[in-house]
Amino acid sequence: MSEEDQPQDKPAPSAQPPLPKPRVVRRREWLPSLIWLIPIVAALVGITLVARILLERGPEVVLTFKTAEGLEAGKTAVKYKDVQIGLVTHLRLARDRSHVRVLVQFNKEAESFTASDSRFWVVRPRLDTSGISGLNTLLSGAYIGADAGVSKDTAGEFTGLETPPIVTRDDSGKQFLLRANDVGSLDVGSPVYFRRVKVGQVAAYELDGDGRGVTMRVFVNSPYDKFVGMNTRFWQASGIDAQLSASGFTLRTQSLATILLGGIAFQAPDDAMGPVAKENAAFTLAQDEAAAMKEPDGPSQTLLMYFNQSLRGLTPGAPVDFRGVVIGEVKSIGVEFDRAEREFRMPVLVQVYPDRLRRRAGESGVESRATQQERLRFLAEKGLRAQLRNGNLLTGQVYVALDFFPKAPPAKIDLNKSPIELPTVANSLDEIQSQVQEIATKLNKVPYEQIAGDLRTTLATLNKTLTATEQTVTRINSDVTPELAAAMKDVRKTVNSAERTLADDSPLQQDMRQTLQELTRAAGSVRVLTDYLERHPESLLRGKPDDKK
Amino acid sequence: MKLPAFLERHEHHDEDAPVPTAASLGLMACPHCAAVWKDAEEGDACGRCGTHLHTRKRQSLNRTWAFLIAACMMYIPANLLPVMITRTLFGAQYDTILSGVIYFWVSGAYGLAAIVFIASFLVPLFKLAVLFLLVVLAQRGSTWRRRERAKLYHIIEVIGRWSMLDVFVVSLLTGLVQIQGFAVITAGVGIAAFGSVVVLTMLASLSFDPKLTWDSREAQATLQENEVAQGHENRDEKPA
Repeated sequence: MSEEDQPQDKPAPSAQPPLPKPRVVRRREWLPSLIWLIPIVAALVGITLVARILLERGPEVVLTFKTAEGLEAGKTAVKYKDVQIGLVTHLRLARDRSHVRVLVQFNKEAESFTASDSRFWVVRPRLDTSGISGLNTLLSGAYIGADAGVSKDTAGEFTGLETPPIVTRDDSGKQFLLRANDVGSLDVGSPVYFRRVKVGQVAAYELDGDGRGVTMRVFVNSPYDKFVGMNTRFWQASGIDAQLSASGFTLRTQSLATILLGGIAFQAPDDAMGPVAKENAAFTLAQDEAAAMKEPDGPSQTLLMYFNQSLRGLTPGAPVDFRGVVIGEVKSIGVEFDRAEREFRMPVLVQVYPDRLRRRAGESGVESRATQQERLRFLAEKGLRAQLRNGNLLTGQVYVALDFFPKAPPAKIDLNKSPIELPTVANSLDEIQSQVQEIATKLNKVPYEQIAGDLRTTLATLNKTLTATEQTVTRINSDVTPELAAAMKDVRKTVNSAERTLADDSPLQQDMRQTLQELTRAAGSVRVLTDYLERHPESLLRGKPDDKK
Repeated sequence: MKLPAFLERHEHHDEDAPVPTAASLGLMACPHCAAVWKDAEEGDACGRCGTHLHTRKRQSLNRTWAFLIAACMMYIPANLLPVMITRTLFGAQYDTILSGVIYFWVSGAYGLAAIVFIASFLVPLFKLAVLFLLVVLAQRGSTWRRRERAKLYHIIEVIGRWSMLDVFVVSLLTGLVQIQGFAVITAGVGIAAFGSVVVLTMLASLSFDPKLTWDSREAQATLQENEVAQGHENRDEKPA
């Protein structure tokens, strides 16, 4: 437009002269640069925002769960210590519909959660043996809990746990292995007590590969794990331990929760726990405290016994006792037909712990030169026999007693057999029974009928004898008695006449008295004569001198 | 003053017909008090109010481009980042503009969804697109549909201020919903980006001189030359 050019040319002459071009160019470049700062700043801001988001995005992983219950794409968070470290971005069904694939976008700082041994689980409200957990998720909805692994390897896919783990890696403490016959009333989360203080939990349990037992993992929290020593014994503190003994009735329990839910307690015998146990040390879980505190039994010895009597009342587990000390238990009982002897025998397999005897004897190692078997043979030669005895008359429980029977018939032990057979003797009650039986048999053999016949004959003879005697007596009575009476009369007459003769006033008596008086006077005269002769012996010759005078 | 015949107004004047302008007559109007000066230089002070006189807005196209590009850049985070973070007992929820629209639509509030969609998504996009069109065509001195372009410019000037709807809603909710422990609403980064988009587009439309639409390419070149020369003079004067 030429019209527009002209008016602009007009004011130019009146103004200052035109100025050099280069400065104009500089001016042109400088001015727009100020304005262009704005988009540059905007770009910087935008890039910063985007970069921050991109940088905050951590790795993406896939978690698989059995169910997506409570999970929501874009809403469910992945939390560690209640700090959000990621977000569920997608929920997908697995191709075979057996599980759910949950895509999780981690934050940048959560990179360590891709370690291949990381664990993930869904936190939902849960009621189990260890109490109520996850109540806060009632309102906020479920979230995914995480436990960072320590492995150097990373993984992009994890299998989510169906239940929250009892022990997370940031819990300090130690894990121990417990071997048990069965789980009992224990469960994951069951408490572990030390002096009735709760110090840990059962973390997991699994059947052994061979199915012969259960291995439990217990976790003992940090300040308390030092109380687990190499000598520590673990036992099931479940339920109530009631004992009726000579000292009375004892009832022992742990806490009320344990009675209901079960638990594990541990302690070292005599508080001699030994060196502190290492992580993953293995222990045996005993059924109760008494069993746990028992001294170790040492090697066991299996013995076989053949009883020739009923095994009624004998059950596997029945005690084997030596003079009142339980040294083992019955493993199995059975019945067996002996073809050679053509009779049934009752084999009883028992397990004895010879160390129990030795310990009670208070010495060890003295006889260690002899092997177990040799010692057994020696004892058997001394008369060691097994016997079935009544343990309880009411219930009819029977136990196996080992004792010495020196009078028992000698027996030889075959040491090459396994298990070794120990000779038996019959029960004392059974013995009496058999003796009575013997007597009865003998009595049975007595010829009662013959004896009765003989007796009858004897009695008939006796009858005859008695009749004859009676006749004799009658005859004696009639013949002898009158004679006897006459004789007696004569005797009485004789006595009477003798009596009369000897009476005071009888003439014989008087004559006697006079005679005696005469005799007395005669004696006096003789005494006078002798006295005079003594004094005058010459008178015999000269006569009396008085007359002369 | 009697105007020449070509200055008389024609209702249905052909838009491509040559029309005298202030610049073509060598006149310059004061943008503040509307006084018209003859033979005035670019950047001279108005003899009445002292405002600097310019034939066209200074650096109009450059400035518009700068604002426009900045607005385009901010438009991306404005739509991708959450504008509102709602933390309740039930967890935190991050809402972007479009997720809010989808939420309204899904929950049956179609009207509300449409309003938010138009005000917060379509209008900024429309403004950006229109400004692009205007600036590009003005730069090329195109004479294509100049009348419609003028209308478009009017429209974006009018609706520009209304696209702050989202910013208002979020700031209102953020102020109102602050029940600690139950529900707390906070503004996300996205709303700042969105606000900057709106402000930048407004600045862009402000710095765009619609007269450029009607200037021919030659006229533009002359004007730019003059402007440069004048700016140069101004700059020389200052240190002196």
